[in-house]
Amino acid sequence: MKEQLEREEKNKYSIIIPTYNERLNIALVIYLVFKHLRDVDFEVIVVDDGSPDGTQDIVRQLQHVYGEDHILLRARPKKLGTAYYHGLKHASGNFVIIMDADLSHHPKYIPSFIRKQLETGASIVTGTRYVSGGGVHGWNLMRKLTSRGANVLAHTLLWPGVSDLTGSFRLYRKSVLEDVITSCVSKGYVFQMEMIVRASRKGYHIEEVPISFVDRVYGSSKLGGSEIMEYLKGLIYLLFTT
Amino acid sequence: MIIIEPGSHLRAREASLFERSESPKETKQGNIPKIQGSQAPHLSSPHPPLRSLRRSRYTSRNNQHIQMKHILKIMALVVAISAIWISLLETSVIPRSYTWLLPVYLIMSLGCYGLLMVGVGLMLFPTCPQEAVLLQKDIGEAKEFLKGKGVDVGSD
Repeated sequence: MKEQLEREEKNKYSIIIPTYNERLNIALVIYLVFKHLRDVDFEVIVVDDGSPDGTQDIVRQLQHVYGEDHILLRARPKKLGTAYYHGLKHASGNFVIIMDADLSHHPKYIPSFIRKQLETGASIVTGTRYVSGGGVHGWNLMRKLTSRGANVLAHTLLWPGVSDLTGSFRLYRKSVLEDVITSCVSKGYVFQMEMIVRASRKGYHIEEVPISFVDRVYGSSKLGGSEIMEYLKGLIYLLFTT
Repeated sequence: MIIIEPGSHLRAREASLFERSESPKETKQGNIPKIQGSQAPHLSSPHPPLRSLRRSRYTSRNNQHIQMKHILKIMALVVAISAIWISLLETSVIPRSYTWLLPVYLIMSLGCYGLLMVGVGLMLFPTCPQEAVLLQKDIGEAKEFLKGKGVDVGSD
């Protein structure tokens, strides 16, 4: 037990949050992160893609409140590669947590990620919405159907070993993330799929934690035919190259 | 001996090192700031080419064997099933007319299994309406706190 406490004290968690036009949400997310991670050594890295709505100003105000060594703002003028790769260069922790800024990922699950990693010594802990204990809110029947169909198809083709392939609420050991991210070439949610499938192929220890996913923005973006095509192309690509 | 290094992100670590200054593992802990530095030398260069990042220790421990590509595993499975089918054709254990249709039956049953999994998953899809309520509460709490601290939380 004392050993586990010492191990906990030596771990530092870098939380990378990519943002684009998340002026209000980023403030709420950071408040909740600080509320739920009181006894943990961590830093938040906000990677902003030049949001026109003033997200970076809000982050600077938050830096005054919480301290500049706990919140890092890294603006990206051009979209080269993924925001995670950019944030990773500035991460000083030995574990990296990635999450979304739109409050679909609630920071209250971060302690359960950390606990699961300490219990099992896993290299990757991924949040899954499809296991009991977790769940989704704000999806209509059509959305659930496409999600479930996509999941079954991906499981039949890829045998990934995790139940939620496109989820982006994950904890990685930093060295593992560095290793996997260099071999990934996709963008968006296909990138998340590629990361977890490649990590699974390389034999890393992956654990899962149920999370709840409250989708407040779904109503504004429809799941169109082009998204489905992109998903299928991503699946075929992963089938042949991993 | 405690090694003091520049860098604000190391201040918290040095504080915890001071608290343990009596322990016999002092010199070992004194190395921790250096490990932090050495974890990312290959990422601190200005324009690291994506492919040249050094593989870490965790890779070499996990990757003792060469991983077979996934598509090869699937091809091996298909070849094995074809071999069984052809041998069934040749030896005529089952009447030929049935044997010719076996692959069709297999694909149809795979399709039915897939549809079943989709249907079952759809029925058992976990939902969490109470989380939406809790989230609204959290949002209200966060807005109040941040307004008090002077952060601009007007809605966009």
